[in-house]
Amino acid sequence: MSDDAPTNDGQQFDRLPETPADREVEGRANRAEVLDWFEERFGIGEEVFQGYSFWEKGAGKVWIFNGEATDPSEVEAIGMTFLRTRQEHWKPTGRAVSRFGAHATKNVVELDPAQAARFAAGDDQDLPEWDGDWGYLIATHEVAGESVPIGVGLYLYDELRSVVPKGSQADLPVAE
Amino acid sequence: MNPLDRYESLVDDVDAFRAACDRPLPSVVRTNGIAATPTRVREAFDESGVAYEPVGWHDGLFRLPDGNPGGNWPYVHGWTHGQEEVSVLPTLALDPEPGERVWDACAAPGSKTTQIADAMDDEGTVVANDNNLGRLSALRHNAERLGITNAIVTNQDARNFSTKPLAFDEFDRALVDAPCSCEGTCRKNPDVLDQWTLDHVHAVAGIQKGVLARAVQATRPGGVVVYSTCTFAPEENEAVLDHVLANEECELVDFDLPLETDPGVTEWEGETYDESVTRAQRVYPHRNDTGGFFCAKLRVGGEVGESADDGEVAA
Repeated sequence: MSDDAPTNDGQQFDRLPETPADREVEGRANRAEVLDWFEERFGIGEEVFQGYSFWEKGAGKVWIFNGEATDPSEVEAIGMTFLRTRQEHWKPTGRAVSRFGAHATKNVVELDPAQAARFAAGDDQDLPEWDGDWGYLIATHEVAGESVPIGVGLYLYDELRSVVPKGSQADLPVAE
Repeated sequence: MNPLDRYESLVDDVDAFRAACDRPLPSVVRTNGIAATPTRVREAFDESGVAYEPVGWHDGLFRLPDGNPGGNWPYVHGWTHGQEEVSVLPTLALDPEPGERVWDACAAPGSKTTQIADAMDDEGTVVANDNNLGRLSALRHNAERLGITNAIVTNQDARNFSTKPLAFDEFDRALVDAPCSCEGTCRKNPDVLDQWTLDHVHAVAGIQKGVLARAVQATRPGGVVVYSTCTFAPEENEAVLDHVLANEECELVDFDLPLETDPGVTEWEGETYDESVTRAQRVYPHRNDTGGFFCAKLRVGGEVGESADDGEVAA
């Protein structure tokens, strides 16, 4: 019926509204919130995402896109998966962190070679030395003199849980 | 029958051709410029003791003599993508630029799509289409792994591709890297020679004509369409070009590739093709010690707006 509020349609991509005031679909994140969240959680400034648009398909899965698209869009994919919303703690995707995580200035945990290999393999590990926030962290390690993001970890009770998806896990030798 | 027998009349040195086709190919990776430079990839390989050899004609390619292209940090970080050397050629011929609208008509599993996005600096829109939903998941996985943000993925039959789901109705460039008989990949997968049949050649040639015709129609006047296959069969190469030249407004143009190639052939088993198919390029395995390949570049005709002509005619 025409006077019903629009609802989230899991079959199409809808562009995120700019601000909470522009929101028409219940529960949908907006662009300002997404930018604030990355700034707040990881210190990644909104200028990093200038020019990108954000889209929702399915319940809370947000995509980032750098091209032209209709709104809504009935296609298989728009850009890359970026952020999981509609849950208490938002979670960036490993790919988002791989692509944009080098801009992060906080909630970044640097792993040594053995820890990095365990993380990439999808294994959880004790990490009592971390004295920062709990929750989702960006795990990095050093490659040829530069820090490089590996993926997203969940830090709880002195433990770093690797949340690298199965299809992206890798068994790598530890560099000496 | 071994289908390679039928191409002996096309090559200058039959023994070298057959010997090359019998040798396995090394694993090769392409640097993903969106995530890293070739120098960074080399440094990372050095640091973790991964053996590699440069490829003389392309500084972003590395041969990995020990195989296992996915078992190292550069791969995990999306800095590299496993891709056969000759497979980078169509995107070099297409030469897409940042900000353009590009169609990859037969895109899965995404090696060319991701190379196109890289060449565009991840700016503009690359529409990656494939009719096979199963193979689209590999395409999406690769695009995400390499951090591509300017791709739209569609699941249509490319022969009747509709631009309705898109924000525009014509492309600046299109790539038709067509499904084919694949004898050119025999150094990687010798089974293709056992599975080869002439019936399949004729069936797939019909599909190739349909997809290439649609790509020409969907590309703006003055735009570029690249046609490529990994087969030596003229029925799937020059004959497809000849068909589209006769039925669509387009012409074949000269273009440069960074390795040694042979011109397209104008005669095959009693058929003759438009003289301009000699502008297409055949890559035989013995010339550069690669897989086999075929690549052609077309300019789309019709009324060209003043700003639309990108000077590709003389390329």
